[in-house]
Amino acid sequence: MNILKKFSLGLLITLFLTISANADKIRIGTEGAYPPWNSKDASGKLIGFEVELAWTLCRYIGQQCEMVEQDWDGMIPGLIIKKFDVIMAGMSITDERLKTINFSQGYADEVASLAVMKGSSLEGMDTPAGINLSKPNSAAKKALKTITAALAGKTVCVQTATIHQNFLDSGDVGKVNVRTYKTQDEVNLDLTSGRCDAALAAAVAFSDYAEKSGKPVVLVGPTFSGGAFGNGVGVGIRKDDTELLKAFNSAINKARKNGDISRIATKWFGFDASM
Amino acid sequence: MDFTLMVTSLPKLLIAAAVTLKLLSLSLLFGIFIGLLFAILRLNKNPLINKFAYGYSYIFRGTPLLVQIFLIYFGLGQIEYFRSTFLWVVFKEPYWCAIIAFALNTGAYTSEILRSAFQTIKPGIVEAGKSLGVSSKIIFYKIQIPIAIRQSLPAYGNEIILMMKGTSLASTVTLMDITGVAKYIISTSFKPIEVFIVAGGIYLFMTFVIHNIIKFFEKKYSF
Repeated sequence: MNILKKFSLGLLITLFLTISANADKIRIGTEGAYPPWNSKDASGKLIGFEVELAWTLCRYIGQQCEMVEQDWDGMIPGLIIKKFDVIMAGMSITDERLKTINFSQGYADEVASLAVMKGSSLEGMDTPAGINLSKPNSAAKKALKTITAALAGKTVCVQTATIHQNFLDSGDVGKVNVRTYKTQDEVNLDLTSGRCDAALAAAVAFSDYAEKSGKPVVLVGPTFSGGAFGNGVGVGIRKDDTELLKAFNSAINKARKNGDISRIATKWFGFDASM
Repeated sequence: MDFTLMVTSLPKLLIAAAVTLKLLSLSLLFGIFIGLLFAILRLNKNPLINKFAYGYSYIFRGTPLLVQIFLIYFGLGQIEYFRSTFLWVVFKEPYWCAIIAFALNTGAYTSEILRSAFQTIKPGIVEAGKSLGVSSKIIFYKIQIPIAIRQSLPAYGNEIILMMKGTSLASTVTLMDITGVAKYIISTSFKPIEVFIVAGGIYLFMTFVIHNIIKFFEKKYSF
């Protein structure tokens, strides 16, 4: 009994120490499976644009940070139940998400694109290089019609709970068979296996995969932005954490002014994706 | 607690329950044939045949169902040669991949349940049949099989319930069963607790029904 008491007391003390040690750290939730935004190296260490940016922002805020790994589909619930304090996981700022959480100003912008395997019948669609769904001009509307016709009856694969899934569900490109996956890795696997006729994600996610795997994955159609695709990628923060929101907004301002965001973005994306 | 969300998600989850039931019944149907076949192979005197049957059940009972379904779905899909065979027509569909994985898994457990049931039959019963001059074929079909099925009912009832819960893994290969639809609703509402409570309730109700069906048959065939 005595041993048990001592043991539980020790356990309680350790627990208390861990909690208090973490209390002044900002815990940053990220997925670690969406390169080049965030991913893991061979040893399991978190790397990527957002991981490096997170350390920079924390330096400007002047507080210690800790990265917490979280599956994508539990990202916003994880923030709400306080598993971590902010989200930096390539999460676009959308109206739908703003109902539940706050976002800092955007720090980077991504364009989405369809991808297919080389030799697919979907190659060679006659569309402009990029369309903005927030202010669709006639060329954009025509492009959506072209894509709708091309995708009719096709299976398009996306990661679950993403802006890409929202876009396909919105009906802007008609009724396609949408298949959802837990991670972008799985989307890539099924695109190469031929189970998906096309996939939709951040354009960089596909080019990164094509480069690393050597698989003939090619981008088709226009790049998408605006509308269902949101307004850039920002730091997700709980609605009642107004202090933290201010801190991150000013840190992003400083990092942008000093050229940190551009530098880190160019390093990971190969082009300046900062905003 | 968002009760409105719970109410609005209930009909969507009930529609998805049909997918779960379809996956479950097809897997069990194929699984029981696989199980019976391998139980008979296990009892075969030829060591090569019974070692093969033992190996099958050892592998499928010794690895997680999630690993099996991933190997069958993502693993086989990565082999270029495999994609060029006629089998790809079946394996291209997540639905059939899930059923094949589930059937092979439940088949392994069913074979063990049936084998142990056959082995618990007292030799005296078979000898009694023989002494009355009944042919061994009739002894097998009319005496051994009915007794074995009755003996294995409680264990098989458990297996059905385990398999029913196992079908939730179908959502990992893009199928929209109860768990798949629950995850989809969560992805737009960001409220996992409410949705999973409703989904869990549906699974619990299905367990309740299966449990009572098995109990009914146990009573009916008791001796």
